[in-house]
Amino acid sequence: MTTAAVHARAQALRKSKVRQFVTPEGVDLELRIASAGLRLGALVIDISLIQLILLGFTLLMIWALGASQSSIAISIWMLGAFVLRTFWFIGFELGQRAATPGKRLVGIRVVARDGGRLTADAVVARNLIRELEIFLPLTFIGFSAAEEMVNWWTMLAGFVWSLTLSLFLLFNRDRMRMGDLIAGTWVVMAERVKLDRDIAAAAEAAAAALTFSDAELSVYGIFELQELERVIRAADARAMREVADTIRAKIGRPVAEEDDVFLLSYYRQLKARLERKLLFGKRREDKYASD
Amino acid sequence: MRPAISGSAPATPTFSTSRFRAEREADWIAFDALLTRLEKRGAKALSSEELLQLPLLYRATLSSLSIARATSLDKALLDHLEALSIRGYFLIYGVRQSRLDRAKRFFLHDWPAAVQSVWKETLIIVLILLLGTLTSWSLVTHNPEWYYNFIPEELAGGRDPRASAEFLQGTLGHGRAAGEQEGALHMFATYLFTHNSQVSIMSFALGFAFGIPTLMLEYYQGISLGAMIAIFTSKGLGFDFGGWLFIHGTTELFAAALSGAAGLRIGAAVVFPGARGRLQAAADAGRTAGKVMVGVIIMLLVAGLLEGFGRQLITETLLRYGIGTLMLLFWLGYYYLPRQETDS
Repeated sequence: MTTAAVHARAQALRKSKVRQFVTPEGVDLELRIASAGLRLGALVIDISLIQLILLGFTLLMIWALGASQSSIAISIWMLGAFVLRTFWFIGFELGQRAATPGKRLVGIRVVARDGGRLTADAVVARNLIRELEIFLPLTFIGFSAAEEMVNWWTMLAGFVWSLTLSLFLLFNRDRMRMGDLIAGTWVVMAERVKLDRDIAAAAEAAAAALTFSDAELSVYGIFELQELERVIRAADARAMREVADTIRAKIGRPVAEEDDVFLLSYYRQLKARLERKLLFGKRREDKYASD
Repeated sequence: MRPAISGSAPATPTFSTSRFRAEREADWIAFDALLTRLEKRGAKALSSEELLQLPLLYRATLSSLSIARATSLDKALLDHLEALSIRGYFLIYGVRQSRLDRAKRFFLHDWPAAVQSVWKETLIIVLILLLGTLTSWSLVTHNPEWYYNFIPEELAGGRDPRASAEFLQGTLGHGRAAGEQEGALHMFATYLFTHNSQVSIMSFALGFAFGIPTLMLEYYQGISLGAMIAIFTSKGLGFDFGGWLFIHGTTELFAAALSGAAGLRIGAAVVFPGARGRLQAAADAGRTAGKVMVGVIIMLLVAGLLEGFGRQLITETLLRYGIGTLMLLFWLGYYYLPRQETDS
């Protein structure tokens, strides 16, 4: 497969994760569906947190049991463990940010699919189904460990069946769990993005001397521009050297100036050129598109 | 055409994305700061002036996003504006009620309304439960050997056809013969509550598979119940056993039936979505079922208390019947009595 085809496929994949979500003001927020990997990561973080808290709580209750000699501590422990397990997800997702600590860390949140507000019943429904998704496969594993070999195949069948429930989100485009399907929700990206400095404005003073001709600027499109922006912002000397050499080779310039000065001024002028075209309604997505 | 600010590139138009950013950046920073405070401490953290500012800044940010998408190629800028707009949208359109209002509305309206709306499913589940009970009751009454098929030895705790009437009488807790320590009652109650809740949640969640596992689970519950009843009636203890069961059973079995009904509602919506799309139907059913399930957990808490404390402390059979009936009437009245339609 050619690089162009690979590139086009990557673009299409990115596009397929974006969902239209128009606000009452008429602006499309272009929500992106959170990937299965992120979801799993968030779940693992949440479960670890629950276990940690449970451990602390258990130790506390053991101490209380020793101190008070009253079995009420055991009741409190059972109740606490139940509440923690059942209401951890529900409680956090009912909050302002509609995300558990795990989800916050990986930068995702729950939203209602229809664009309305996320109601409490939807949150309850999607999280009670979680019991089934997590614990049913575990139950089958537990059973098969306890039973004789005769039942092994039945247990395996049960386990596979329950896995199809748990892995349901891998089989649909919107990465919906069973619970999401039932509750009418989506899990979407909601990272916080810091506003980084404007590197084009900073370059204006430094790189006035270096000018590129129109032919030299016409080899790249928006995708390459934004990759270049990423490299400049990361400010890794080796990556910048590599990119600068590639660009120099492509436009046929000798190595005459520092890499960062070269890249910054090239970035600035390429950006100005592409933005100007954008104003005239011409959007050149990448270097494979016609200029 | 006027030359650009720096004048280095001869054809730069007067519109510059750098200037666009410089002009509007203050708004975005202010909006970001307000949102952060709102997320951390809620609406109380903002003064009324700041609250009035919020929608203005939100709209300014959205308009910036639109302009930036059409004119700018600065990825960092676009990403920031997009993330900020998404955060703002969900905070501003997300919450319209306080938690207290939501809780009040749930108890006064949402919960009974949701239970009422699944009345057909509830009826089906109750019939299934009764069917299961009758099946095993008649089987065990005619041939006690059946009992061992229905109830595993270790769960029966000696309550099987070979047991004497005195022993069975003892298990019903008259004169505390059941060997229950008073100090451990709350433990018993808590255990019952958490265990039953988990079973109910499962019975609800399994509704997804077209409701069939739910029906099986409920039928099985009926089977064990019927077998137990048969054992006690055969020894002439039917009336006492009824009281033992009735005090918490009306609440607990009702809750179990409702959780099954909630599961069945989802299963039915997936199989027969009607005029709506299948996804939409499932989502609608899921929301109703979610409300019912919160109610079920509350009911099971009550049942756990009745079973753990009430049943062990109250040994008078008639009183047990009385409390059980009262609870049943209370739930029926709460759910099904027609009430004035509150607006909203």
